[in-house]
Amino acid sequence: MNPKVRMAIFVVCGCALFAIFAAGLSRLHPVGFAAGPATTYSEFVNSITVPERRITDAVTAVNFDIRGFDTLGEEYIMFASVLGVMLLLRRQPDERDGAPIDKQKGRRIPSPSDAVRILTISLTGPLVVFGVYIVVHGQISPGGGFQGGMILATAPLMIYLSGEFESLRKLAPRWLVEVAEAIGAGGYVVIGAAGLFASTAFLHNLLPPGQPGDVFSGGTVALLNVTVGLEVAGGFIVLLLAFLEETLVRRDPS
Amino acid sequence: MNILQALILALVAIGGLAVVLTRDPLHQAMVASFYGILLALLFFVFQAPDVALSQIAIGALALPLMILLALAKIRRKDANEEPRTRP
Repeated sequence: MNPKVRMAIFVVCGCALFAIFAAGLSRLHPVGFAAGPATTYSEFVNSITVPERRITDAVTAVNFDIRGFDTLGEEYIMFASVLGVMLLLRRQPDERDGAPIDKQKGRRIPSPSDAVRILTISLTGPLVVFGVYIVVHGQISPGGGFQGGMILATAPLMIYLSGEFESLRKLAPRWLVEVAEAIGAGGYVVIGAAGLFASTAFLHNLLPPGQPGDVFSGGTVALLNVTVGLEVAGGFIVLLLAFLEETLVRRDPS
Repeated sequence: MNILQALILALVAIGGLAVVLTRDPLHQAMVASFYGILLALLFFVFQAPDVALSQIAIGALALPLMILLALAKIRRKDANEEPRTRP
């Protein structure tokens, strides 16, 4: 098939696709408006989140309470993908670890300038506080374990940028990060199973629900957010360490 | 739809095109990261702050990191072999 024929087929098919797509889009409802009256599901969610579950963020209520079991699966998708990456990036028999150096021959890793050092060091503390804030306020405002865990994971990155790879290794050794990730992944199941054994259902809310808008509200939902935060932060830092080891430490036999 | 929404939709369209048209994978990782931030802004403008926060984490941080990780692994293997010319 020569390029001309190919182009002709693409133009015809592209035009047809665009026509169908445009026709479909033109029937859409305006942004922010549901089709006709509010659907039953959204009404149901809105009717129970604040009065019954004492959670003011409806998204968190859906993720961690109404569909808490789905989130368990999502947490383990993250766990399994980190596991897969670590399996692929493990040290091969013919590789060895050396001191962290730049891959470019004859160039040392440039030490960070004062501006970078001051910025990253002064950002580290606020990042940790902000990450914890996002994790523990998941049931009140947008955010939660997943987003907060990701913010927490950027704090070690700041430490790496402010100094050497060795200082990151000392502060966040691989075993510590892996233990945090494992506690996060297992904690969700433990909390869920506690509901199963103490009551009738997996993830049954055992703790007092508290007042809506309070940090200690939502019962086990707050705890579940903490476990997911640990898991995500741990998993992401493991990936970060793997990346830095792959680029700075691994040597091929030569 | 207000002006802000139309503007961010147009920016996302341009950003998506930019990701596709960038040919070098290393550059593409950076462009994809920027595109991730644009998508996060889109979600925020359309009043989905939870999704926007997740999108910043995944699209702007995790995805480029995974691409860089894969590139680092491939390039180190390549460095031992004969330097290849691009087809």
